[in-house]
Amino acid sequence: MSQQTARLESIRALIAAHKRWDLVFAALGLLALMVGVLTFVALFAQMVVEGAPRLSWDFLTSFPSRKPDQAGILSAWVGSTLVMIVTAATAVPLGVGAGVYLEEYAPRNWMTDLIEINVTNLAGVPSIVYGLLALGLFVYGFGLGQSILTAGLTLGLLILPVVIVATREAIRSIPAIIREGAYALGATKWQTTSHHILPYSTPGIMTGVIIGMARAIGETAPVITIGALTFIAFLPAAPFTGDPPAGLLDWVMSPFTVMPIQMFNWTSRPEAAFHHNAAAAGLVLVLMTLSMNALAIYIRYRLRKTLKW
Amino acid sequence: MVGTPAPEIASVAAAAGGPVATAKSETKALSFFYGGFQALKSISMPIYEKKVTALIGPSGCGKSTYLRCFNRMHDLYPGNRYEGEIMLYPDNTNILSPGVDPIEVRMRISMVFQKPNPFPKSIYENVAYGLRVRGERKRGLLDERVEDALRSAALWDEVKNRLSDLAFNLSGGQQQRLCIARALATDPEILLFDEPTSALDPIATASIEQLIAELKEKVTILIVTHNMQQAARVSDYTAYMYLGELIEFGVTDAIFIKPKIKQTEDYITGRFG
Repeated sequence: MSQQTARLESIRALIAAHKRWDLVFAALGLLALMVGVLTFVALFAQMVVEGAPRLSWDFLTSFPSRKPDQAGILSAWVGSTLVMIVTAATAVPLGVGAGVYLEEYAPRNWMTDLIEINVTNLAGVPSIVYGLLALGLFVYGFGLGQSILTAGLTLGLLILPVVIVATREAIRSIPAIIREGAYALGATKWQTTSHHILPYSTPGIMTGVIIGMARAIGETAPVITIGALTFIAFLPAAPFTGDPPAGLLDWVMSPFTVMPIQMFNWTSRPEAAFHHNAAAAGLVLVLMTLSMNALAIYIRYRLRKTLKW
Repeated sequence: MVGTPAPEIASVAAAAGGPVATAKSETKALSFFYGGFQALKSISMPIYEKKVTALIGPSGCGKSTYLRCFNRMHDLYPGNRYEGEIMLYPDNTNILSPGVDPIEVRMRISMVFQKPNPFPKSIYENVAYGLRVRGERKRGLLDERVEDALRSAALWDEVKNRLSDLAFNLSGGQQQRLCIARALATDPEILLFDEPTSALDPIATASIEQLIAELKEKVTILIVTHNMQQAARVSDYTAYMYLGELIEFGVTDAIFIKPKIKQTEDYITGRFG
């Protein structure tokens, strides 16, 4: 009997000793998590404290100015929005097309493997390199100038790997049995793709696109490289309002600025008042990014409700 | 279509004292390879018209692999290879021939899968899909064919008032009957069933089995099952397979009561498998 008790006690001591390591790891993990979260919270809080008093309707509807209290971000957020439209128009068809091809059509051979590896590698290329490429190719090579079109194409290329990878993952999450069900009824590859694969992978693709766009909207380096203006006191022609047909696309050739460049400009000024403007612009930019992410989550939630597998 | 009369391959049936039947299909020395692995070894057997033929055998014996040869499902994945022939009568087409488009084969031979796999679309669109693939757009004709197929699958009364509901809202047994309706809507010559009740409860299973018994009036059926009682209940002919080989083929009653080969008997009586 006492032997049994001793045995039980030794087991309990062992468990207690092992569980101490659970606590140690939980504490270390929490610490690691907090370093990241608290840093972000601190930065965000400082930005709110500095920038929130500057936020007003006037701030959103005024052009930049030499007088900090009259300066606004109108040209910057309009520029960012227009560039994002071109970015999406570039990245979505190219990325989705490439992703569908790689998943559904490409033969499985070394060539495809090579392309796949390189698509993944593209995601790791520094964005400034895309800027240099765009400066040579779009600005000088194609003569597109320092325009919204150039910036949109550049950022579109930048997020292309994100869209391709998201498309492929979304397609792969469709069960093989659904695809086989379509083929078993005599569907061709294109019928299967257009009736099933694309509709069912849309939530995943859109999530990837929006996350890519949220990254692109904050990109500064490539946009500076292609020569975005830092001070711009007029708006491009409103999209699709020029004389048709050619005039409809006038807006894409306009010079522009974007939010992060406006911020960069203001933070490099000596006056403290401009730093407050930069913080306020940063706040708007973060809100734009967060609302894009929220939209991605919402779309995923809505569309996945009909897809139960 | 060539008007060649179907050859009588009634010898198996006649020898076993079974009904004389016309062959709808005949497999001749079929071997199948997943890359370097040979999954089927020179299988030869007939499939009789408007009869139910069951494929039984332990897991990994190749029965599903064989079934999936009939609609060229293996063509969807790289590295698979067929040898031998599966003839389809009365037109004498070798459906495994590289010259025959797999899509043509799938338009003639439909399949019901192991797990119900309705598309995330409405009940109506699921059943109509095979017709849409064939380019059918006339609403009246689609309505008619969808109703016919749902009636044949014994599902019409349960769903006629909610055809636009999502197919996922049906129960598992109803989903499987929906998949059967979907396969029937295009009027296939052979209907393949790949363990159609393995994901269903006993009541849903009984309704599917009853349905199969009714369907053989209209269509030739080939069914894979790991449930021997099911094979005994629903089929007219049974093929026992083991490790990629066809061990015995014959009239179901004969296979279950008096198998010729000892190994078949061991499997059927549960001594092995």
